[in-house]
Amino acid sequence: MDIKEIIKPENLVYQKSEVLNDDIMHYCPGCSHGVVHKILAELIEEMGLQEKTIGIAPVGCAVFAYNYIDIDWQEAAHGRAPAVATGVARVNPDNFVFTYQGDGDLASIGAAEIMHACNRGENILVVFINNGIYGMTGGQMAPTTLEGMVTATTPYGRNVDLNGYPMKITNLIAQLPGTSYVTRQAVHTAATARKCKRSLKKAIQNVLDKKGTSFVEVVSTCNSGWKMSPVEANNWMEENMIPYYPLGDLKDSVKGEHSEN
Amino acid sequence: MTEEMIIAGFGGQGVLSMGKILAYSGIMEDKEVTWFPSYGPEMRGGTANVTVIVSDTRISSPILQEFDTAIILNQQSMDKFEKAVKPGGTLLYDPNGVINPPTRTDINIYKVEATKTAVEMGNPKVFNMIVFGSYLKVRPILSLDNVEKGLEKSLPERYHKLIPLNLEAIKKGQEIVADVQLV
Amino acid sequence: MGELRLMKGNEVLAEAAIRCGCDGYFGYPITPQSEVMETLMARQPWNETGMTVLQAESEVASINMVYGAAATGKKIMTSSSSPGISLMAEGISYIAGAELPCLIVNVQRGGPGLGTIQPSQADYFQSVKGGGHGDYKMIVLAPASVQEMNDFVDLGFELAFKYRNPAMILADGAIGQMMEKVELADQKPRWTKEQILEMSSDWATTGKTADRKKNIVTSLEMDSDKMEENNRRFQEKYRKMEEEEVRYEAIQCDDAEFVIVAFGTSARVCQKAVEIARAKGLKVGLLRPITLFPFPKKAIQELARKAKGFLSVEMSAGQMVEDIKLSVYEAGSNARVNHFGRMGGIIPTPTEVVEALEEKFSWELSYGVKRSY
Repeated sequence: MDIKEIIKPENLVYQKSEVLNDDIMHYCPGCSHGVVHKILAELIEEMGLQEKTIGIAPVGCAVFAYNYIDIDWQEAAHGRAPAVATGVARVNPDNFVFTYQGDGDLASIGAAEIMHACNRGENILVVFINNGIYGMTGGQMAPTTLEGMVTATTPYGRNVDLNGYPMKITNLIAQLPGTSYVTRQAVHTAATARKCKRSLKKAIQNVLDKKGTSFVEVVSTCNSGWKMSPVEANNWMEENMIPYYPLGDLKDSVKGEHSEN
Repeated sequence: MTEEMIIAGFGGQGVLSMGKILAYSGIMEDKEVTWFPSYGPEMRGGTANVTVIVSDTRISSPILQEFDTAIILNQQSMDKFEKAVKPGGTLLYDPNGVINPPTRTDINIYKVEATKTAVEMGNPKVFNMIVFGSYLKVRPILSLDNVEKGLEKSLPERYHKLIPLNLEAIKKGQEIVADVQLV
Repeated sequence: MGELRLMKGNEVLAEAAIRCGCDGYFGYPITPQSEVMETLMARQPWNETGMTVLQAESEVASINMVYGAAATGKKIMTSSSSPGISLMAEGISYIAGAELPCLIVNVQRGGPGLGTIQPSQADYFQSVKGGGHGDYKMIVLAPASVQEMNDFVDLGFELAFKYRNPAMILADGAIGQMMEKVELADQKPRWTKEQILEMSSDWATTGKTADRKKNIVTSLEMDSDKMEENNRRFQEKYRKMEEEEVRYEAIQCDDAEFVIVAFGTSARVCQKAVEIARAKGLKVGLLRPITLFPFPKKAIQELARKAKGFLSVEMSAGQMVEDIKLSVYEAGSNARVNHFGRMGGIIPTPTEVVEALEEKFSWELSYGVKRSY
């Protein structure tokens, strides 16, 4: 049988989302960003949001997110994405606005902006990629770097006396009454990726329903920064990252209520 | 006509609001006006002063070293601004709180017992309007009609019921102002 | 004739923003400009025009809110005072790099550091030379009266959108706190969605529709050849501003032997100084730059052909004086350029200015001719 006979609509079992552009991604093989991008593109398409969506890209590895998802984008200064998103959402309440930020961007330089955007209960989605390291700048320590973890600026491992402790910023965010849905997910297996997609869908729906800020952390790998193969990185993440950053919902409520966590 | 004046006293004496009513009255009379306050920590409990300029023509500097008129309501302001009155200019003061009265002989000096009169009228808050009335008597640059309009403009609607009381205080001030002749 | 009111410069900024159809204001309290947001919050324009007003958590956040909102093609504004503008410098650079129109107001106070809360003009360099990183310029308007505080809000937005560039109103604490008679403009409606799409659909992030490619608002470009291209485009834009947007006022300059150059509050003081000097028989004029960038270079060069000297009067240690010197130098004139200023929140008095003029140009005043360097 010729392959051309197989390629026809009735045999289609999987298709790349139309909202995902054809540009070749600059992410390293094994990186979680590609999976999260794909999920977001699929949801934007499935939920019919392409014309309403404005994405805010961070500084970090996802700085070029705007090349891959076919929506209008703004590139924010390092850490400022939640403030930028606030500006967009406040004067355009009919749009769907989301930020896509890494751990350095969100939990370090942009800690004030994320706290206050979430506390005001801005109707935005925050996608937080936590891989415990600065990928773009060459593998330096992030606020979420685990104790003892070797990075370019902690060559002998993170020393808590010197560098403080790995920050569970999502737990802090869950305490803020402006948030409605706060969850921690992963995408390193098909099962976790499917679960993450369900969480993101719920988060987006909450934003559309004006329920306040929805915050989805994705515990991720950085095999280049961690200096591991993709498989090793996935295993290391399961053994080290997830015990410290356990997966699951931290808050599922409505704006104005404090979390029980 | 250009009248460059300073109103100086303690915060809480209504210095800034007197200046504001004066400036608004000027607008009602089709004049150009500038109201420039001292601002910041010096205002807290200390002296407050405001420069008011009313003119037929475009106003230049809001910052002045000398004034056509000084309205002085405490000793600190007397120390600072008596010397800043232009020769031939006008100094109006309330003797209450002024230990050392003005001594210059090259200016016109008037005094108004505004603090005392306000107490007598049973309303210390109209103090500044009594002073304002005295000023309008000795420097009749604005008509009373326009002052009334100025009051309406500068007071929030909910205080409009107090306008008659304010006008009464202004008239009282016009009556009681006394010329102080120094030789 | 529009409505006449007695208002503070800061209050007028708020009123003018509402009336010109501004879509959003984002700010953070700082003396001496807090009345801007206070007035807006009291006016509740969201009920009347739909304008958004939000108190941000910092100046850093406010300027980034401006970035986000302005990138959707709407009329967006912020205001602050000197230390707050320093915090905004990062965001302003990004806004200039992403070519976003917006209006930023700096009601200057004395510095450096926390400095004072009294008026100053020591942010001239920061405003006209960039302030943040990279080669960029803002259109800088210097109001000298409460009426101009009103007028420059609308003008600032007009120029910002004409050039897709941030515009700044560079005021100071005196103009902000001063009350004067002001004629307010009539209420203009905010732009409709259709109007915004018509003006800005080639760049603004309004949501990607099937009939166009996605719009990306960014200042980032990894290819340095392309980044140089961007910079060339920016520079062309700034040159065009220099050609078309210079604004100034010349007072009694026609026969002036000495020209005082001053902007904002200093210009008001110097207007009086000119009166005093003229009364003394000195032929003194005042050139008041209204746009600080673009700087009225040609007007200065024209005056430099006849004038014996220029006195830059600024509430700073002398910043604009450098631009005057450059202009005079490029004109090949040997007119001397001096500076007189007060610092740290002090406003010079008109008499001080005249005394400084007489002292600094005592040679020219004695001999009646130009003194070469």
